Amino acid sequence: MQNEIRIGTDQVHKAGKSRTLKDHLIAYSFIAPNFIGFALFTLVPMIFAFVLAFVKWDGANPMEFTGLHNFIRLAQDTTFHKALWNTVVYTIGVVPLTMACALGLAILLNQKVFGRNTMRTIFFFPYVASLVAVAAVWNFIFSPTMGPVNNILHAITGVPLEELPRWAADKDWAMFTVVLFTVWKNMGYYMVIYLAGLQGVNPELYEAAELDGANAWKRFRNVTIPQLAPTTFFVLMILVINSFKVYDIFINLFAGADNQLNDATRVLVYQIYNTAFRSLDYGYASAMAIVLFLLVLGVTIVQFRGEKKYGQ
Amino acid sequence: MVESSSKKMVKTGMLVLAYILLAAVVLCMLVPYIWMLSSSLKLNKDVFTFPMQWIPQQPRWENYVDIWTKIPLGTFIYNTAKLSVIVTVLQLLTSSFAAYAFSKLQFKGKNILFLGYIATIAIPWQAYMVPQFIMMRSLGLNNTHMAIILLQAFSAFGVFLMRQFYQGIPNELCEAARIDGLSEYGIWGKIMLPLSKPALSTLTIFTFVTTWNDFLGPMIYLTKTELKTIQIGLRMFISQYSAEYGLIMAASVISIIPVLIVFLLLQKYFVQGVASSGIKG
Repeated sequence: MQNEIRIGTDQVHKAGKSRTLKDHLIAYSFIAPNFIGFALFTLVPMIFAFVLAFVKWDGANPMEFTGLHNFIRLAQDTTFHKALWNTVVYTIGVVPLTMACALGLAILLNQKVFGRNTMRTIFFFPYVASLVAVAAVWNFIFSPTMGPVNNILHAITGVPLEELPRWAADKDWAMFTVVLFTVWKNMGYYMVIYLAGLQGVNPELYEAAELDGANAWKRFRNVTIPQLAPTTFFVLMILVINSFKVYDIFINLFAGADNQLNDATRVLVYQIYNTAFRSLDYGYASAMAIVLFLLVLGVTIVQFRGEKKYGQ
Repeated sequence: MVESSSKKMVKTGMLVLAYILLAAVVLCMLVPYIWMLSSSLKLNKDVFTFPMQWIPQQPRWENYVDIWTKIPLGTFIYNTAKLSVIVTVLQLLTSSFAAYAFSKLQFKGKNILFLGYIATIAIPWQAYMVPQFIMMRSLGLNNTHMAIILLQAFSAFGVFLMRQFYQGIPNELCEAARIDGLSEYGIWGKIMLPLSKPALSTLTIFTFVTTWNDFLGPMIYLTKTELKTIQIGLRMFISQYSAEYGLIMAASVISIIPVLIVFLLLQKYFVQGVASSGIKG
């Protein structure tokens, strides 16, 4: 019996309705545990988010439908614009620098160097290390007057401590500091992706280029870069999306006990968080969330098109 | 001959340069941890002495004793470990279960359902965290660990990752098992699970580390001190006692150790997981 029924999908269909029904039920029973949780705690809130963006609600009083009012408010909200702008500046700072560092390290580690695996571990570890802990160390090391960084700079350059950059505490240096920190923390992750990409490059391409008399730079330019295009594209997309979603890094580098950020450091997700959980303006916060969603969606669409192009 | 020897010199020069660069980066990556460890064994007044004293003359081990009474560090670690383990186990079970159906079984609505899963991976959690919180609160789950478990345990990412791996396991294997009279549940448990150890390990370490390090989720849901995880507990301590440098560093070291152990033990799978995410897109 079983031999006949269970060989392929065609046979299953031939075996009659009851068989199919049972197969379906079994299949659904596999999906159900994950799907029920997923639908309730992910899908429902997602749909709810779109509804909320068009209402005024503080969670206690009745919901009030306000149409596009939240979005009109967004268009005029200079604090929100500042948050959006800071997020974009952060993204523009983090993305190219991380890519350059990650690719550079991947190329170095792709050589036959001593201690490769140990170095890969060392470079990767900040990515998984607790953010709160490493941000605390950074704030100590970059402390304007007491920290070793400024004291070393002072010892080398002779510039008085008061005139050196105040890093995270300085509105002009804050963005630079957070970009540096993010690159330090995350470049190992992207380096591993690049390493995998490099290992997929056919070595014969390099040999052929060398026979043609191409020097190291030309081989990098004409073999490595084009061969890595799909990897670079993927890294770019993930980096941009992750930069749009940033919140915890800013809080841990910049905020005091009240978890507040100022105009120089507020970012999009911070604005959503504050509007919802401090001002209890759930509708308005959801309108901001829609902006975040649209930004990420835009990148995802570009990514989809690109992946088709690169034939992945 | 001349050419080849000059080429060799260039190559050696490049290698030396590579080592110098790598050594500089290794130093930049390690210094913060060394500074953390060194400061964790110092009195507050000695943390910022300049020039820096890398090895404290009289290591202050008391920091590692005092920190447990200064804040409920034990509770924080217990909470975090509990959440990380429960979320990881649920994630592994439900993801591999669902992925088996998506990969090896035929049923109505399979493609649509899977597309739905994929589509939601692209939607950032931050975009729907507010309605999710409102929903959880109306279920009475604010300030419970259950809220964190429910929002972390059923990710689409896990299903996707496991399904990708199952796709690489030949269907004939399942067919043969069916002929031998194994039920679908039996095939999942006796054939697929043992075969998918690499993917399960990748998912384990990703989920464990993500849950362990999660910041925004616990910050929204867990405002009672006795419920806090190590991340927000540590953050609370740093903001309350910002001048307790030695203790802050000791607590930081403690918060990093579990992840360091898991990472060193399972890093092969982590690296494989990250690498394959890049290749498959």
